[in-house]
Amino acid sequence: MEEKKNKTSEAKLMKGNEALAEAAIRADIDGYFGYPITPQSEVLEYLEREIPKRHGLVLQAESEIASINMIYGAAGAGARVMTSSSGPGISLMQEGLSYIASAQLPCLVVNVVRGGPGLGTIQPSQGDYFQAVKGGGHGDYHLIVLAPASVQEMADFVFEGFRLAEKYRNPAMILTDGALGQMMEKVIQPEEGSLPKIKTPWATTGKTKDRDHNIITSLFIKPEEMESVNLQLQEKYRKIEKDEVRFEEIKTEDADILLVAFGLSSRICQKTVDLGREKGIKIGLLRPITLYPYPYKRLNELADQVDFMMSVEMNAGQMVEDVKLAVEGKVPVHFTGRMGGMIPSPDDVLHEIESILDNQNVLQD
Amino acid sequence: MSIERPSTLDFPPDAEGMEMVYCRPDTLTDTPFHYCPGCGHSVVHRVLMEVVEELGLQEKTIGVAPVGCSVFAYHYMNIDMQEAAHGRASAVATGIKRVLPDRYVFSYQGDGDLAAIGTAETIHTVNRGENILMVFINNGIYGMTGGQMAPTSLPGQVTTTSPYGRDVKMVGHPIRIADLLIQLPGAYYVTRQAVHNPNAVRKLKKAFEKSFQYQKEGKGTCFVEVVSNCPSGWRMTPVESIKYLEDTMFPAYPLGDLKVPEKV
Amino acid sequence: MRQEHEIICAGFGGQGVLSMGSIIAYSGMIEGKEVSWMPSYGPEMRGGTANCIVIVADDRISSPIITKFDSAIVLNQPSLDKFEKAVKPGGLLLYEQSTIIHPPTREDIDVVCVPAIEEADKLKAKQVANMIMVGAFLEKRPIVKIETIVSALKKALPEHRHHLIPVNELALKRGKELVHLNEKITA
Ligand SMILES: Cc1ncc(C[n+]2csc(CCOP(=O)(O)OP(=O)(O)O)c2C)c(N)n1
Ligand code: SF4
Repeated sequence: MEEKKNKTSEAKLMKGNEALAEAAIRADIDGYFGYPITPQSEVLEYLEREIPKRHGLVLQAESEIASINMIYGAAGAGARVMTSSSGPGISLMQEGLSYIASAQLPCLVVNVVRGGPGLGTIQPSQGDYFQAVKGGGHGDYHLIVLAPASVQEMADFVFEGFRLAEKYRNPAMILTDGALGQMMEKVIQPEEGSLPKIKTPWATTGKTKDRDHNIITSLFIKPEEMESVNLQLQEKYRKIEKDEVRFEEIKTEDADILLVAFGLSSRICQKTVDLGREKGIKIGLLRPITLYPYPYKRLNELADQVDFMMSVEMNAGQMVEDVKLAVEGKVPVHFTGRMGGMIPSPDDVLHEIESILDNQNVLQD
Repeated sequence: MSIERPSTLDFPPDAEGMEMVYCRPDTLTDTPFHYCPGCGHSVVHRVLMEVVEELGLQEKTIGVAPVGCSVFAYHYMNIDMQEAAHGRASAVATGIKRVLPDRYVFSYQGDGDLAAIGTAETIHTVNRGENILMVFINNGIYGMTGGQMAPTSLPGQVTTTSPYGRDVKMVGHPIRIADLLIQLPGAYYVTRQAVHNPNAVRKLKKAFEKSFQYQKEGKGTCFVEVVSNCPSGWRMTPVESIKYLEDTMFPAYPLGDLKVPEKV
Repeated sequence: MRQEHEIICAGFGGQGVLSMGSIIAYSGMIEGKEVSWMPSYGPEMRGGTANCIVIVADDRISSPIITKFDSAIVLNQPSLDKFEKAVKPGGLLLYEQSTIIHPPTREDIDVVCVPAIEEADKLKAKQVANMIMVGAFLEKRPIVKIETIVSALKKALPEHRHHLIPVNELALKRGKELVHLNEKITA
């Protein structure tokens, strides 16, 4: 596979947003529906430029509410479809996402997060973690959430997102941020056409004589029925939690201190790991790649090894709650981060660690 | 109109003996506009605020800013203002007017805001005949987000999301929202104006003055469209953009009154 | 040993600071290195200040966002005020002569003044001032080859703008020379 990739596409310097848009074409999307919003308008702009020359469909909707409902319709008709937006637009999509999750339709939604709440700022943030992993809309449902940390992953996770969404008939989300969307790095694009289309016998494509009519709905008015749909969803989520957890570890083998960070924050923490080790502080990093399902188990194991953990986020401390859940009180879990579009620097994070260590020493003295 | 009051803008110290003929109205703050050179937003802000000042309504007027280039209107307009979510300004204005019926309320929106994402609110605000002024800046593009296609972009118009020109088969024709709104009984006064030359500015001012008068009389919704420019989004110089307005925009959006009160 | 070079390019929007950074990054990639280019984005770019962080390294780059730099290439006063203190001790600070009123004062770094705008005017191509800066930078810190920059330009520019390549090439060379001229004057 790796070899094949290299043969078919050379390395390119691309913006995260454009790498993602190019990957969408290569993933053979049947449709993209979206509405402009900074810092991700390049996705729509790239597709408007490229799709007419290649294949697929792109349509600028009149709002994000329209976009997500176009997704509902097209996914229900068996098409491979995606949309992208940022905070304010993703908030408007929550109703639609809840319907899509309930109707069990596969699709990919990209959130290039900016600082909030409200209209906020267009600078990068991770403030939509709760919204992405804890539901966001109404009812008991989950999105499968992938958090890229490089421009390469912005492209790769389009494929991964569709693979998971289609395997489980569940909406998937790429949770990224304005900085990853705007920055350029080297990318090797996934091979065009390497993601086969799934069979969609459940789709509304026109009733033929050999089957019952297909219905896409999220309405199950009888509570017994609604409960059994819920049970089915929960069974699916348990399976996802068992089989699809993804994470990356950096220098955890001998770590005394564990940083936990996703997306851009994890890149910053990689540098902190190096800076710390230069000073003889054994820091390691766990980077959750899937935010739902979350690597609770591995974090719990690492809690037996390290002195403390620290969650580093570009928000007020959201994922830290999951880290605490994971370690079950075995070790202290700290948090550091910036909000509102500000980004913690590798040195900031190291200072935090050092001051925790200093405090511990004072206590021991 | 004569200006009776020296403005809060300090008179230059060497101006003794000179007559003040032009100054910034008190209803504008001294924050410099952030708009691109030649952009119509600044002129509309000024004209609107001149009217509020001349009618003595600074203390009684409440404005609602949109999401678009004029999102910071509240930095410039020296009156109480609220900032709405994208497209929802007329609903926010409804909320204000319903609880403060004796105040003068206006919303100020671009074409993406009013005629794309906010279409439902626009139509229903007018349909209820909300007793407010809706100011609609139609520049045929999304200025703030960097020049994407708006619902009002013209057929064939090149934007960042219609790189091969607006294809009406794919995305429909430009929406003439004012023409739609006149169908609704709640619309009391609907007019389409411009700010590309002094004469147009004078006419716009008249339209605003009438709108405040009608609001005082509780007549219903006044809708003032301003066909404006976006030199940055159109990738033109300000002068080219004026020519484009005259040659291309006005034929598609003819200026003038669309609905005027019936004579009694 | 692992080589990594962290650069900040900063100036006004419209001076080509973002493209200056991207051409360095692109050239690094052509030479098989790992690169990242992180722009400032947002409304401040309309006529305001713009900057980008470029990192060129032998292997995987950790944080694309950093606060200390090996080199700063600066094209206006606000950027100099902001980034002079962000250069690592022993690092390099290159600034454009005509845009700076208060020159840098640090003595623990290598400071080079380049009259790029004046020289670009002499070449009758205002828009290549940024390439003069790049030429000067690469003379001091040869992290990529000048020839690679030229071939990167060939790849990055659309066909109808290829006639601009010779003047860019000239600008790069001019930048290279200016570093030495200036050294002689200051020495
Ligand atoms: C829910 C939501 N979607 C998208 C945006 C991004 N956005 C900001 S302004 C704007 C359109 C601006 O265009 P217009 O209303 O025509 O005003 P102009 O800037 O041209 O004055 C968009 C799409 C947003 N802020 N919120
Ligand atoms: S982008 Fe267009 S609408 Fe916005 S301020 Fe500039 S010229 Fe005006």
